Amino acid sequence: MSRIVFSLTLAATAFSAGLALAQAPDQADEIIRGRYQAILGDCSACHTAPGAKPLSGGLPLETPFGQIIPPNITPDKATGIGNWTEADFRSALKKGIGHGGKRLYPAMPYPAYTRMTDRDIGNLWSYLRTVDPVFNPVESNQLPFPFNIRLSMMGWNMLNFTPGEFQPDPSKSAEWNRGAYIVQGPGHCGTCHSPKTALGADETSEALQGGSLQGWYAPNITGNSYIGIGSWSEDQIVRYLKTGTNGHTIASGPMAEAIQASTSLMTDEDVHAIATYLKSTEGGSTQKPQPIPASDARMKVGAAIYHDTCSACHGGDGKGASQLFPALAGSSIVQQPSAETLTRLVLQGSQAVHTPAAKTTPAMPSLGWKLSDEQVAAVLTYVRNSWGNAAPSVGASDIGAQR
Amino acid sequence: MTTILPRKDAVIVGLGWTGAILAHELTEAGLDVVAIERGPWRDTATDFNIGYAQDELRYGIRRDLFLQPVVEAMTMRNNTSQTALPMRDYGSFLPGNGVGGAGVHWNGHTWRFWDSDFQIADHLRDRYGAARIQDLQLQNWGVTGAEMEKSFDRLEYLAGISGKAGNINGLIQEGGNPFEDPRSRDYPLPPLQMTYAPTLFAQVTKSLNLHPFPTPAANLSKDYINPLGIAMGQCTMCGFCERFGCANYSKSSAQTTILPVLMKKKNFEVRTESEVLHVDLDASKKHARGVTYVNTSGEEFFQPADIVLLCAYGLHNVRLMMLSGIGQIYDPNTGEGTVGRNYCYQTNAGAQVFFDDKNFNPFVAAGALGQTVDDFNGDAFDHGPLDFVGGAGINCIPSNGRPIQTRPTPPGTPRWGSDWKKATVKSYKSTLGFSSQGSSYPTRGNYLDLDPTYTDRFGRPLLRFTFDFPDNDIRMSNWVSDRMEEIAKAFGGKQYTNTRRKKGWDSVPYQSTHNTGGAIMGTDPKTSAVNKYLQSWDVANVFVIGASAFAHNAGKNPTGTVGALAFHAADAIRQQYLRNPGQPLVSA
Repeated sequence: MSRIVFSLTLAATAFSAGLALAQAPDQADEIIRGRYQAILGDCSACHTAPGAKPLSGGLPLETPFGQIIPPNITPDKATGIGNWTEADFRSALKKGIGHGGKRLYPAMPYPAYTRMTDRDIGNLWSYLRTVDPVFNPVESNQLPFPFNIRLSMMGWNMLNFTPGEFQPDPSKSAEWNRGAYIVQGPGHCGTCHSPKTALGADETSEALQGGSLQGWYAPNITGNSYIGIGSWSEDQIVRYLKTGTNGHTIASGPMAEAIQASTSLMTDEDVHAIATYLKSTEGGSTQKPQPIPASDARMKVGAAIYHDTCSACHGGDGKGASQLFPALAGSSIVQQPSAETLTRLVLQGSQAVHTPAAKTTPAMPSLGWKLSDEQVAAVLTYVRNSWGNAAPSVGASDIGAQR
Repeated sequence: MTTILPRKDAVIVGLGWTGAILAHELTEAGLDVVAIERGPWRDTATDFNIGYAQDELRYGIRRDLFLQPVVEAMTMRNNTSQTALPMRDYGSFLPGNGVGGAGVHWNGHTWRFWDSDFQIADHLRDRYGAARIQDLQLQNWGVTGAEMEKSFDRLEYLAGISGKAGNINGLIQEGGNPFEDPRSRDYPLPPLQMTYAPTLFAQVTKSLNLHPFPTPAANLSKDYINPLGIAMGQCTMCGFCERFGCANYSKSSAQTTILPVLMKKKNFEVRTESEVLHVDLDASKKHARGVTYVNTSGEEFFQPADIVLLCAYGLHNVRLMMLSGIGQIYDPNTGEGTVGRNYCYQTNAGAQVFFDDKNFNPFVAAGALGQTVDDFNGDAFDHGPLDFVGGAGINCIPSNGRPIQTRPTPPGTPRWGSDWKKATVKSYKSTLGFSSQGSSYPTRGNYLDLDPTYTDRFGRPLLRFTFDFPDNDIRMSNWVSDRMEEIAKAFGGKQYTNTRRKKGWDSVPYQSTHNTGGAIMGTDPKTSAVNKYLQSWDVANVFVIGASAFAHNAGKNPTGTVGALAFHAADAIRQQYLRNPGQPLVSA
């Protein structure tokens, strides 16, 4: 809820500030457009802590290299970016170099934001100037040596970073290009959904093919129909991004937050454009393996647990119930190479996101207290290899590692 | 020391069915609303986790979800010649506790009271003469069935009730209840798929020229999205409804129909584990300033509010009024005072038929999955030649086959030992039960007040029951039991039992959590505590919503009518009271 409230507050702030400035209608438009850029870029996801003032600094991000705390980006002069110039801001987004030449860490997704147009960045800057300044000192850099040396990012950038604005593909439709721009640029989808190199950069050759972060597995979102979203219609992708549920699945974890604060607030045209683009992408194995046979001992144990504990909601046939219980049969999310998300759902449970079109917020209960590592592994192996699903088995040690 | 909190437009005491309905309606009207709930927060996945929701020992026997006497006990006696003693454990009835209230752990029978209930005194006097009802304190409710129709409809669509209409705009519908009042449209969902026992009950009662129909159920026959946009799932018939929270989003409750929307509203807030001690009145005693409550750390708070809505369990509403000095406490000797008046209950009896050759698979069940016969309910039949008024619904609703408590044995079986064990195994699947749920009509001597001796943990007097089944109701129940015996015989089973209701209410064995009255609605401030909009006659900015408003109890479960009254009151507040706050909606 807090996110929606913030967004509404932001809208109100934008309007009142715009009117208060009353310098020119153009400027008000710019601020409103900039607010929309903040939605596309989902700034609040990282820069607003739950319950805190908008953009006044976020919760720590756990990276493989250590903790980074998203800074205060309100116009507060002492602790925010009140002393920044538009050129500083532009440089931060385009080059990863902020005010005073300070190098940013790529937890701030400047490798994606660099694709943004000058106009969009300008609008976003205008909007950020209107946010209420908040005094909140944040020491972003919590990394251990040697990662805490910001200058090291110079080398990182040389190896991993290609600055430059998005270049449209003239052979594709305007809608496709718009979708590609949002996905690669402000939407920074790959920041979660692309696998990472040893240096923490996006594995660009495997863009959008799924990545692990913060105890979740962000699934493959290419047009691959086995483990991607190729089996979803464009309308189903749109419904998912607008509402968090589409009959196939229900968003959970960080994506639930992204839907609430960002995609559900995007225009219908933009969400359609994203769907068009994602459907056209390729990546990952399309070759479904042979499912583990039902006669396998793990499958038998898994079937018994499934029927006892899971079938009341997800159905004996794994088809679920739309809006309430996600279908497991045919679900690409169930069949991802990594069972990290599934494991987390079973161990800890998860609650669906609340959007204006899907208000129920049904929840998966935690079952970690009840099922042993072996039992969780067996039931996940079962759902990954039943009703036409096929995916590698899950081992008890994988479960233990996530407890 | 009492902390004074910032003012709210409305404070709601208790966040169950009525509290949630009122909170939703008033926040829609733009009011800033806080609900104060004595029990804990409760949500489906965390509190009715599918991994343990069906724990009969924890919930069915140890009654984990219910109010415990250590929090609030009550005292009881059968008549004024006795000294009331505290119930050391709840038995005869089981009040709820926590967010969702008793709506969390109900079975889901969702009835509409009839116009002949709402206008009962006029109706019976006109039909049978004043002498017939002279021993009873029957009163009109101040509303008509037609007036309530819209509110019943709203509740049924909010809750996704599964059923079959019997009368749509005056046209009798085949397969529904022909005795019901006209409704504007059918139920939102079709009836649940019948199991064998109610199917057989329908066959047998039909052969006796009775009119069986599917019991209207808050256990959903299909997936459903209610008018608030909240999705519910089809019931899996696990048979863990009464005393249990539903793990499947399949039983209507505040949790499954309102809270997902309500809890996201900026102008709503709930404070759980906070017990309201009393409503604070100003010096005139005609205006409420707010409520005083205490949290689990013993800290006391004053919550100022323009409107106070008592939405706790009916009995708690009545006690809070008494503790707050809202209205005058009823005195059975003089007949004066209104708070505590017309306490009613339910007059039930049961029958069982034992077969050798049938298998009912009783574990396939839902709380309200069954068939009902209303031929002998209310005033659906002519009482002219009879010596009572009122009636009972006859229900075959095998709501569960839970292993600890479902142990039917035929007469002549030992109460323990290996023969008992054998008999329970033999009878578990092959026994059919049905019951009568009878009306309970008010008398001058059945009432609620404050106990002169016993107090709660805050030193406040406990609520005292003075109640026994009225002679009229005993005659009614026994007459209906005769009809049940005819039905039991017609089944052609090996043996049957037919227990009969006797005088002497006993608070120990479970009977029914349908405690009604005590803050009844009506047309006359001398004989009712609230007006037809559930507004206190004495303190105009206090509304008292729940079964406490029932001027009598019909042979039906109360929740449908409780929910409808909540909508009825909400409409009055939104459309009338807010235009002229602080004023009575009905002039005395």
